[in-house]
Amino acid sequence: MSFFQADQLSINFGGIKAVDGVSFDVEKGTVFTIIGPNGAGKTTIFNLVSRIYEPSGGRLVFEGTDITRVPPHRIAALGIARTFQNIELFEHATLLQNLLLARHAHKQSNFISELLFLPSVRRMEVEHREMVEKVIDFLDLQQYRDSLIVNLPYGVRKVTELARALCTDPKLLLLDEPSSGLNVEETEDMAFWIQDIKNLLGITVLMVEHDMKLVSAVSDRVLALNYGRPLAQGSPQEVQSHPEVVRAYLGG
Amino acid sequence: MRFVFKTSYAQDIQIFRDRRDAFWYLLLAVVAVLLPVVISDYYVGETTWVFVYAICGVSLMVLVGYTGLVSLGHAAFLGIGAYAHAFFLKHGVPWVAAVALAVAITTACGIVVGLPALRMTGIYLAIATLAFSVIIQEVFSRWESVTHGFAGMAVEKPVIFGISFADDRAFYYLCLFFLVLTLWLTRNLLRAPTGRAWVAIRDSEIAAQSMGVNLAIYKSMAFAYSAALMGLAGALFAHKIAYLAPDIFTILLSIQLLLLVIVGGLGSLHGAVFGAIFVALLPPVIAILRDSIPASFADVASATGLSLFGAIGEAVGNFLRKPGVEAGIFGLILVLVILLEPLGMYGRWMKIRIFFSTFPMYKRATFKRQKTYMRSERLR
Repeated sequence: MSFFQADQLSINFGGIKAVDGVSFDVEKGTVFTIIGPNGAGKTTIFNLVSRIYEPSGGRLVFEGTDITRVPPHRIAALGIARTFQNIELFEHATLLQNLLLARHAHKQSNFISELLFLPSVRRMEVEHREMVEKVIDFLDLQQYRDSLIVNLPYGVRKVTELARALCTDPKLLLLDEPSSGLNVEETEDMAFWIQDIKNLLGITVLMVEHDMKLVSAVSDRVLALNYGRPLAQGSPQEVQSHPEVVRAYLGG
Repeated sequence: MRFVFKTSYAQDIQIFRDRRDAFWYLLLAVVAVLLPVVISDYYVGETTWVFVYAICGVSLMVLVGYTGLVSLGHAAFLGIGAYAHAFFLKHGVPWVAAVALAVAITTACGIVVGLPALRMTGIYLAIATLAFSVIIQEVFSRWESVTHGFAGMAVEKPVIFGISFADDRAFYYLCLFFLVLTLWLTRNLLRAPTGRAWVAIRDSEIAAQSMGVNLAIYKSMAFAYSAALMGLAGALFAHKIAYLAPDIFTILLSIQLLLLVIVGGLGSLHGAVFGAIFVALLPPVIAILRDSIPASFADVASATGLSLFGAIGEAVGNFLRKPGVEAGIFGLILVLVILLEPLGMYGRWMKIRIFFSTFPMYKRATFKRQKTYMRSERLR
């Protein structure tokens, strides 16, 4: 039984088959990357995994449990966290509040205790804060702690998204184009962090990415998609040189 | 320039930032407690209105400023609270129990109205809540066995555990107590996971959901809590106004409440109080001006012998006496605030504070925001 498994996953938007019978297995402790030209259905797969879209066919299995019908707000508690391609941070809150919100799935307080701010709530808040501070240290975000997101540059926001996902204490991390909009240096940092996340934190990573240098640097396995259908699967080198993949990108 | 040295994580979740902040708020509390001793009965009454409006403001601030759900029907919740409270008092229910029942009923109404909010946002939600308030107003005027319709309904004097709060000054302290309670409870929620979840829903529903926030539950909770506070405000409002009639709780009152939170400054509890000061004190200020301007201009005219001054004063006084001028001034101020100070009075207050705390190093660009165009429209 593999760690995470998508089995014959499909979704239709009207007559368009955005994802059509895609299957893949992600092994624990690896980085699995999905590549493909624009509109291949990569982000759609992420939205299916985080349950924002309802699949029209197929199954998703995470750690042996079927999550195909789990409501979207339960996904984080199961240990799946994600980032967004076009940054979905809480813009008018501070970075710290953004990260603390990611602890929501682990909250134990009820409405009444929060209304009175009982000592138990205070204790939990400090515990969450300690966890969040670890992530802040890991990703070097100390100096932005109290800044509002709207005042932060794009590169920092991108890292903040990663930090927020890590704060949920995930087992599986979905990264939707972690390097998009970043400069060369920032992309290198990102590559280091992805490796550290895998090796030091032991978190399995499922990633959508366009930057092939980053893909071959960090991925253990790669899946290439086109028009919602799988083209090839294997090691980064195998997939990159696969004739179908070359044709999808270059035409001919 | 002052530095806050942080030495523990618990410091970030205190009610007051540091001892100095605590000192100023304590001073403010002392002033509020001593105020009725120095000011006249009339101003005690007007300040009580500020407190009642501030509770309304906090209620709407939670919904609009923190959760990002616009409601044009909050006057209806205020009305439900007021009528329920007056009804139970009339039937001999003790004061505290009557307030509790009024709050419970408005909370239930809040949950029911919140249900469509799970699927609607923005202008559609505003229209839905507007429809709700129109229906409720109709109920107030038709359900005569409870509300006495347009004949109106007298509200009994507040007597709590045998102590009468009918006196203006006693009622002032009662309202002050409930305002402080409201602020404290709301502040607690806002620094706890629930408050963060509300802010998350306001800024990005999809990200909130992916981080484990159950949208349906937290939106209903925001509506319920907001309605509960409105119910409390309604009970105090009923005593303050003394005589309830359906035409008090109109759409105009809802808009005035919305104006309160926008002028005060969305997304801050200070804003709710500032907005309440503005909304509650603007009508008396206009009333004072329309009497004092002609009089003082006439004084100038008789002293200098220039009859022109008298004529100008008379004209201004007459203008201020015209029906609709008050609403016009409200509207004008709303437009000016949105154009010139989108952060409201609280935003202006922050800027003034920062100006003085960093003097003479204030940078004009401190509050400039760069425009960003990177939010995903795809998933809407």
